[in-house]
Amino acid sequence: MSSEWLYTIAFFAWLVGAAAFVLGLHRMNSPATARNGNLLSAGGMAVAVGATLVYLATRPGGLSGVAWAIITVGFLIGGGAGLWLARTVQMTAMPQLVSLFNAVGGGAAALVAIDDYLRISGTAEATVDTTIFVVLGAVIGCVTFSGSLVASGKLQGLISGKPIAVPGGRLVTIGLAAVTLVGLVVLVLEAASTIHLGGGLSALVLGLMVAAGLAFGVTMVLPIGGADMPVVISLLNSFTGTAAAMAGFVIANPVLIIAGALVGASGGILTKLMADAMNRSIVNIIAGGFGGGEDTVPAAAGTGGSVRSVNADDVAIELAYAANVIIVPGYGLAVAQAQHAARELAELLEERGVDVKYAIHPVAGRMPGHMNVLLAEANVPYPQLREMDEINPEFARCDVALVIGANDVTNPAARRPGSPVSGMPILDVDQAGSIVVIKRSMGRGYAGIDNELYANPKTGMLFADAKDGLGQLIAAVKAL
Amino acid sequence: MSQELLSSLALFVLAILVGFEVISKVPATLHTPLMSGANSIHGIVLVGAMFIAAAADNPLSYALAFVAMVFGAANVVGGYVVTDRMLLMFRKRPAAKKPETGDAERASGNA
Repeated sequence: MSSEWLYTIAFFAWLVGAAAFVLGLHRMNSPATARNGNLLSAGGMAVAVGATLVYLATRPGGLSGVAWAIITVGFLIGGGAGLWLARTVQMTAMPQLVSLFNAVGGGAAALVAIDDYLRISGTAEATVDTTIFVVLGAVIGCVTFSGSLVASGKLQGLISGKPIAVPGGRLVTIGLAAVTLVGLVVLVLEAASTIHLGGGLSALVLGLMVAAGLAFGVTMVLPIGGADMPVVISLLNSFTGTAAAMAGFVIANPVLIIAGALVGASGGILTKLMADAMNRSIVNIIAGGFGGGEDTVPAAAGTGGSVRSVNADDVAIELAYAANVIIVPGYGLAVAQAQHAARELAELLEERGVDVKYAIHPVAGRMPGHMNVLLAEANVPYPQLREMDEINPEFARCDVALVIGANDVTNPAARRPGSPVSGMPILDVDQAGSIVVIKRSMGRGYAGIDNELYANPKTGMLFADAKDGLGQLIAAVKAL
Repeated sequence: MSQELLSSLALFVLAILVGFEVISKVPATLHTPLMSGANSIHGIVLVGAMFIAAAADNPLSYALAFVAMVFGAANVVGGYVVTDRMLLMFRKRPAAKKPETGDAERASGNA
């Protein structure tokens, strides 16, 4: 077969892969078809990767022994590590794993671009536009690689979740951006034959830009607090897609361009949805840390005042004889792996005729929709999961709101200006007839401020780990 | 710009529009799996890694291509498997929670 035919066949296979990605994402519209959509997308990936291997191996010249070794051994090691991590990770640790996978994806895109540049620089292939795409791919890939690693480290607790001020702050960031811009201009001029650097010097310029990109990723994510991490991961996800598309321009490969653009667009939309849910602009999140900053206004006087501590037996009676109960799960529930206990308590209450619903804040957990996944894992029927806008009017009519390990998303201080959480949409838990908060201590949430809800006279605090507290409640309700 | 590059740019712009259209309809419940699913899709950069592995002819390029292969493969396989695990939890039946890895096996079988 002629090589032109081979390429045409491979090209069709890439288009099949790209179509599978689009259809697969589309099927993620509903829980019923989502899994099927993911499998379709995986199938498209297998077709695209398989076709590439066949094309590379059968085209004139074929694959050298070394290339075969790199491809197979590299795939087995990387795929094996990915498979192992994906199968062993706890559902609560998923956000950092997704961030880690995003980091390696960005790293791979950067490496592809760097290698491409080293190969083409100084040759006729290094046209102005190719150079722009290669260099952009390398820099964006580096930013997502180091940025996602820092985000993952923050979520895992390896790096403090608190905003970390970078010495020099804004100036360093501007400096790094300037290095990248100047480098890009220099390399483009070189490609346009306006200036002549020679291979070694242009590689050095690219090296400097790569270093600046890596440093930029770190300085971008470090000052951002843990509460904003979902937005950051989503943004970096979008960057990686863009970097992959840039690599696609360089090797003129349609599947890289389509898949990269798809991910770039989806990541962008998700980032915006997330930022909207917190009533903050993306620029605002990137520019300033959340909580703990110098301009943080202390919460209103009166918080930190008296809180009422209650015991499980009292709460159990309150819950069992209520007509409407709304459960407000937060990250504390996820950390304590208490989602199954929450479902058990809810079922017990339902057997007694209590109407139980779950109020899900858009940023409950650590990624958009994370709480839904955790509760789905515990087999909570999803009609019981209510989103914020839908459930908020119902708090006024409910007898008991049971807050399990949620903090900032219930803080009434958000309705007033002057607090770090100001303007963030919250669940109107304080409207409920009675409020019970299961929490380990009076510790603060990610925003680093006291929660005024706890000082509300209607609020009873059940000091316990989410799982232990729910266990006590289950035992007490059974004993009634 | 070359004709090839211009066609690629058109493809890029259209794919972005398709991405907006497809994703803006997804309910919040599925945002995490969606983010994870999109995350696996950009693992397509594995194809780029294979191209540079094929073109590599010096030790530096071998090393870059090898690391790119490892990274890209981890992104693809890990991404799809973890997304599948998440989506398994949306099934209504309290079925056995054994993670199925059919997608990963298919991916590795073809490469």
